[in-house]
Amino acid sequence: MAMNAPSLPLPAPGPATLAVERVDALFDAAFGQRLNPMRHLGALGFLFFWICCASGIWIYVGFDTSATGARESLAAMDRNDWPLGAFARALHRYSADALVLVTALHLARELSRRHYAAFRRFTWLTGLVVLVVMFAAGIGGYWLPWDQLAQWSLTATTEWFDALPVFDGALTRNVIAGDQVSDRFFSLLIFLHIGLPLAMLGAMWAHVQRVSPARTHPPGALAWGSAATLALLALAKPLSLMPPADLAFLPARIPLDWFYLFPHAAMAWLGPDGLWVALAAFLVTLAALPYATRVPRAPAARVSLDNCNGCARCFADCPYDAVVMVPRTDARPHPRQAQVDAALCAGCGICTGACPSSTPFRRGETLTTGIDMPSAAIGALRESLESRTAALAGAPRVVVFGCRWGAPSRVLEDGSTAAIEFLCAAMAPPSFVEYALRAGADGVLVAGCRDGDCEFRTGTAIVAERLAAARMPALRASVPPARVRFVHAGRTDLGALRAHLEDFRAALARLGPRAADHPPPPKRQERHHG
Amino acid sequence: MNRAVAWGLQVVLYGAFAATLGWFSTSPAFEPLPPGHALIRVSLNHAGQRKAACRTRSPEELAKLAPNMRAAEDCPRERAPVLVKVELDGKSVADIVAIPSGLSRDGASVAYRRIPVPAGTHRIRVKLADDAAGTFDRVREEEMRLDPGRVLVVDFEPGKGGIVLR
Repeated sequence: MAMNAPSLPLPAPGPATLAVERVDALFDAAFGQRLNPMRHLGALGFLFFWICCASGIWIYVGFDTSATGARESLAAMDRNDWPLGAFARALHRYSADALVLVTALHLARELSRRHYAAFRRFTWLTGLVVLVVMFAAGIGGYWLPWDQLAQWSLTATTEWFDALPVFDGALTRNVIAGDQVSDRFFSLLIFLHIGLPLAMLGAMWAHVQRVSPARTHPPGALAWGSAATLALLALAKPLSLMPPADLAFLPARIPLDWFYLFPHAAMAWLGPDGLWVALAAFLVTLAALPYATRVPRAPAARVSLDNCNGCARCFADCPYDAVVMVPRTDARPHPRQAQVDAALCAGCGICTGACPSSTPFRRGETLTTGIDMPSAAIGALRESLESRTAALAGAPRVVVFGCRWGAPSRVLEDGSTAAIEFLCAAMAPPSFVEYALRAGADGVLVAGCRDGDCEFRTGTAIVAERLAAARMPALRASVPPARVRFVHAGRTDLGALRAHLEDFRAALARLGPRAADHPPPPKRQERHHG
Repeated sequence: MNRAVAWGLQVVLYGAFAATLGWFSTSPAFEPLPPGHALIRVSLNHAGQRKAACRTRSPEELAKLAPNMRAAEDCPRERAPVLVKVELDGKSVADIVAIPSGLSRDGASVAYRRIPVPAGTHRIRVKLADDAAGTFDRVREEEMRLDPGRVLVVDFEPGKGGIVLR
């Protein structure tokens, strides 16, 4: 039969996807695929958040919390605690700016890849909450030095809120009435700058609740490189304070931090009402995306209780927590069974690859596994593998296990190459590799997405671990490692995949044909055990 | 890619990251006012007079009320909007109608306007009306020098003589 094709066609890569791939390629060249910072933007955001918190606590120790003493306390910190005081202040600023930068890139990247609908909806919407709170927390930080920048930013913010009927001019009076803002009002500003980051942390926690495992720490080398860059920048370009706030005066030029304070500049062009309209349009558009668009998703995984022994490997490997283990509902002597939440299921098939019942060596005429994908059933994939491997001729004979989201493997097919496309490379159980070799292939090339860039977050890492026998189900030690190769090739990397195949083919030619004494797959029986 | 080239590219990309942060954290500078301009801020928080005067209730009216509700006067709650006009060198630059707050329109009228004006010496005239007839019985006129960047706040504080230019 024909190879089992996924039911929903993927859209052709658009300009945005291609642009992301090109940027990725540049960073891949510098950092390698695994350390590419573009694939760790969320985790880098966490890192910069923590640096910002730590430096903020450091500054707060010496900070005078009154309107009249705040600026002088910071100036004294710069003067007397040099370089630590000035360093902490600059590090606080630059880490906050870096947080905005990676968050914006993270948003743009996920948007370009249409990662916002269906099982990603919750993560997308909570990400928008993080975005809003991040700006609220960050802008509030510029008020605390209570210099002319602080005064202008605070006034611009209150003018913006005063455009709302509920305030209607009342807020700005707190800043401009009298000769100085009151300490009580200033204490409120400080409270906001402590409370809002805490709220942001809560939103960040919610943001990663529907992914498993959440990647909140960038790889060590990337973390150290990024932190060192911020530290060097903080030393090279310390911050300077503007003159003390003077309510009777506006400076002619303000050194604006465009990462956070661009809404003030935008308000000068759009007006307060226009800025509210622009913000509302931006947020409503992004929030509506999950509801207004459909993204390709294979139907949710289904559990076959007759073939599920409750081993929980699918539960452990599911990258979106769509599989839970619940008490057994049938009479089988296992305490638990897998249960799929269809709303959370990405349709990646990683659970199928994790299920020990997915082994093609089972002797039943029909292969039914414990948790299977309706659009790419494991039994049909076994039949496809058998027929295609049997049809191979010439040498060396290669079977390619491709990923639907990676480089298109099917175009590589020729007389000596067969390609089986899975919903994700991690849907292919390692036993399929051994089965292909015993069915007549000289080698198996497993092709996943670019390293660390799995469409389903963890697929490429899971494949690597399974093939290295570091994760169950593992590739058996009896399989000759030289006949199995795992490569990374993204959607636009067909050329790279072709090169990998040629290189693998050359290596297999040097090895010679597969040992003739390698036992073929066992023969089928009419019945199979559950 | 050659390892040394990759390391070099990393340094360049980290450098670009730092340069982006360093530059946009303070640059380009923003001009909050057009060059050579000052700013007049009209900020008001004042309760206008009641729209209608209190009326003394007749004995018959009082008798119809519950004993605990027999107030001698019936005072409508709604207040008049506060009207403010600001003129600069004889030309109107702000004409504000501040509606009283509250569902019954019985609270203070709050208003805020931001008016950039060319710097220089100006004759400023501010008029305020807070009664139902809209009588501008509070007026302040002054010649003032407004340097570039100067912020002049126009407020109304009855305890300080009425219209305040600060």
